[in-house]
Amino acid sequence: MVVKVYGSIRAACPQRVLACLLEFGVDFELINVDLDSNEHKQPEFLQKQPFGQVPVIEDGDFRLFESRAIMRYYARKYADRNPKLYGTTLDEKALVDQWLEVEAHHFNDMVYTIVLQKLVIPKMGGKPDLALVQNCEKKLEKVFDIYEQQLSKNRYLAGDCFTLADLSHLPGIRYLINEAELGHMVKEKKNVNSWWCDISNRVAWKKVMQLME
Amino acid sequence: MAIKVYGSMISTATLRVLLCLAEKDLDYELIFIDLATGEHKSPHMLSNNPFGQIPAFEDGDIKLIESRAIMQYIVRKYADKGTELMSSDPKKMAEQSVWMEVESQKFEPATTKLIWELCMKRFLFGKKGDDAVVAELLPALGRLLDVYEARLSESKYLGGDGFSLADLYHVPVIKFLTEAETKMKKLFHARPHVSAWVTDVLSRPACLKVFCKHAYCKGG
Repeated sequence: MVVKVYGSIRAACPQRVLACLLEFGVDFELINVDLDSNEHKQPEFLQKQPFGQVPVIEDGDFRLFESRAIMRYYARKYADRNPKLYGTTLDEKALVDQWLEVEAHHFNDMVYTIVLQKLVIPKMGGKPDLALVQNCEKKLEKVFDIYEQQLSKNRYLAGDCFTLADLSHLPGIRYLINEAELGHMVKEKKNVNSWWCDISNRVAWKKVMQLME
Repeated sequence: MAIKVYGSMISTATLRVLLCLAEKDLDYELIFIDLATGEHKSPHMLSNNPFGQIPAFEDGDIKLIESRAIMQYIVRKYADKGTELMSSDPKKMAEQSVWMEVESQKFEPATTKLIWELCMKRFLFGKKGDDAVVAELLPALGRLLDVYEARLSESKYLGGDGFSLADLYHVPVIKFLTEAETKMKKLFHARPHVSAWVTDVLSRPACLKVFCKHAYCKGG
């Protein structure tokens, strides 16, 4: 039985989940949720996800939402297929969780605000808050400074192996480089740029990008 | 002492970790970091946490930041001690994980500015919060609590039948907000299932222990 993933291939959080499922070799069916027509806010969808957001997964009778919770579930379930993705020792797992939290709070908050102001609001006919965007960009530069330091000591964020913590950044950095035109933030930093080139060339992420086309 | 927490009793993130340690019956040393003087941004603290935030955590050789990662580490390492805060059953653990993410991705963003206006301004500078800012933020929190009300009408705790990290993540913010101001207390207690859950989680022995143990600054 394949895992059903409800979401849009264009949205960051479903992309995160799909990349994870592909890394673990989990078969899935992507069921499109039309964000433009507000399908995710309709009563039928709210039954699946009470906050009206994508993605939701259905694995037989088992349903989950929140992309990082979904990632952790499959990382635990299929640990034997790819043990390094969520660490094998207590300390390794803790470092993956630490950098996942950093992604969720320090990185994602900034990217989310930039995407909302620069892309979503103008698309809906609204006026973006440019001062807020500038503020977020400054904060994001500082976050990348910290990543640059970390990646000078380790090949990946949580250590020597690619983990969920690196994976979690893929959709956000893709947005920054493409739609938000802020690729310089990544390219101007030697270690961050090498890291991005490495993680964005992984087979699983390339498959997600193919699905987008 | 093997477990060290660098933080402050006025920091909800620090309190989250201390509550977790208390639930697990673990001893620790709390090393006070003075937010009012910017000690969290001092070179010494930046070497512990480059994001200039508290808490920072040590357990023997391991050093960690980010309260939620610290708590997950504590729960795994000390699984056999104190309260069981995450299930060992994969599906139950996943359900708890969902509501841990809900706290992290929805509850925290909805309450950060409220904590600043109603609590931190007072704790740090003795200043009153901006009522207009608070009033603007209340409806969104109310809508979020409506989803919680629906969840808690089906499940005793957010993550399932038992108290877990999913509930614990919320405790410091709920304690600070409901004690800060009547409107906030009313917001939580207006919904019967949320109200019962709030009363339950705030009266846990670990909660009482942490908030009585240290010099707890309530502000004026």
